[in-house]
Amino acid sequence: MPVGIQKERYSSKVGTVTLGALPESGGTRTRTVTVGGDSTMPFLHFEGEMPNRAAVAFEVPDIAPPWDESLKRFWGDVWGDPAAWARKAVEEHGADLICLKLLSPDPDLGGTGPEQCAEVTRAVLGAVGVPLIVIGCGIADIDNVVMPAVAEAGAGENLLLGTATQDNYKTLTAACMVHKHNIVALSPIDINICKQLNILINEMNLPLERIIIDPTVGALGYGIEYTYSIMERIRLGTLQGDRMLSMPVICNIGYEAWRAKETKAPAEDFPGWGDAIERGTLWEAMTATLFLQAGGHIFVMRNPEAVGLLRGHIDQLMVSNR
Amino acid sequence: MILIGERINGMFKDVRRAIQQGNPEPIWDWAKRQQAAGADYLDLNVGPAVEDRVTAMKWLVNTVQEVSDVPLCLDSTDYDSIEAGLELCKRPAMINSVPADAPKLERVIPMARDHGAHLIGLAMNERGIPKNAENRLALAMEIVATADAYGLPMDHLLIDPLILPCYVAQDHGPEVLETIRQVKLLATPSPRTVVGLSNVSQKCVDRPLVNRTFLVMGMACGLDAAILDVDDNELMDAVATARILLNQDVYAESYLKVFKNRGVR
Repeated sequence: MPVGIQKERYSSKVGTVTLGALPESGGTRTRTVTVGGDSTMPFLHFEGEMPNRAAVAFEVPDIAPPWDESLKRFWGDVWGDPAAWARKAVEEHGADLICLKLLSPDPDLGGTGPEQCAEVTRAVLGAVGVPLIVIGCGIADIDNVVMPAVAEAGAGENLLLGTATQDNYKTLTAACMVHKHNIVALSPIDINICKQLNILINEMNLPLERIIIDPTVGALGYGIEYTYSIMERIRLGTLQGDRMLSMPVICNIGYEAWRAKETKAPAEDFPGWGDAIERGTLWEAMTATLFLQAGGHIFVMRNPEAVGLLRGHIDQLMVSNR
Repeated sequence: MILIGERINGMFKDVRRAIQQGNPEPIWDWAKRQQAAGADYLDLNVGPAVEDRVTAMKWLVNTVQEVSDVPLCLDSTDYDSIEAGLELCKRPAMINSVPADAPKLERVIPMARDHGAHLIGLAMNERGIPKNAENRLALAMEIVATADAYGLPMDHLLIDPLILPCYVAQDHGPEVLETIRQVKLLATPSPRTVVGLSNVSQKCVDRPLVNRTFLVMGMACGLDAAILDVDDNELMDAVATARILLNQDVYAESYLKVFKNRGVR
């Protein structure tokens, strides 16, 4: 007796967002990246379409970062040189996107101003042809001064700029409106705030197609399941027609994974945990693959070997199971 | 929740006059207003006073489609009039309605199937409206079985258990709610349910309060659709809130505003 596979039918799908602008669109990128468009729960190809592959963005700090020393085996020769770092990420590691993280405006890390941040943005744009994400230092008052200058420096490039929060979204939204960029809307593992922030940004007339959700991810072992279920609800809401949740999702994997003790602790401190180098790679890769399965679209990563494992997983999951 | 705007109905004086005079303005106004209020369908009823229902329905369908792309719900007991209207509909329509009388079912169900239309089946027959849920369900089952026999997709069928004014028939309220619950069990996939909401509050002192209270009770029982006044803001707020409480929408502080603005296309 043949067994019929029960299939869900959904009325809606995730919006698509295209990052970067080619010369004919007023930018200088050599290619663009489009994410989203999913009309199914993640990788259930037999129920809907997943027209766009998940994209990998390499995190590039604007100054020598306070990162774990083990990452210097990949980036030691470009440590503190964001343009060279970005070029290496693209040329040697095949980055789809560069995520420029502006650490330097933080008073504890240098306290640079908008001019320097605009300058580093231009330098990275000049060094690579892939689309650019630029994330502020996370201190609201400082981001509100720095990010408009970054938006202006990247005018025409269709950047993705972050991050907007429920308490601080107006300045960044306005900058994205004026210079035609896209925005990262960050919520603290809270679907209600996630939706509300999208509504607030959209009320300022930034189209829904220019918003990317950052639901706040946690690393493996640090509450990862909370974000997993938030992302699951975001996708279910989207597929049932909730336009205010229907944006692609960015996952800040490198930052979260490398905050975990397990990525960094030396093997001599925890002999049972095994080799620290391999463990660090696996921790970042496992965190990323879980959020890939939860429905993430853009993965901000640090370790090229972890990226290799993630890409292998994407390849396997993108094989149709119709 | 499928919201069917009730206002373009010849029972209302302004609409009746517009139909009689062939004046499109009031019809355009109500079509646009109900679309902006988020109606999923616009009910069109030429009213009892019109002599040539076929001509009047064709005029109503064409007039509304000049200003609105909301699907139409053709409301008449005259099936020639509905059929003439269906021919003109640009989007799949809804037929309102057919009772559980075999000859009528045999006329209307193939019509719905061939036009890709949804169909409202009334839980009544030539003997009238049953007093209890059990007999309403028996009639609903006759409609379900006939629809199935003629190949109408089950998700195109909506059963109306027929709510009566609480002013004269209070005992029907719980029977209707029970019918809404149990209609879901008649077939897989199940047919959907609909009520003509405003009927429940005929002659009551605070009609909007009675309407929105009953609608929320119906939604809690699984009601899928209602013919109602989409222009009633408090009623729409009640629908939005019920959707939150039934976990059909994700809560956000601006949920009322988002629900209200969903008609802005």
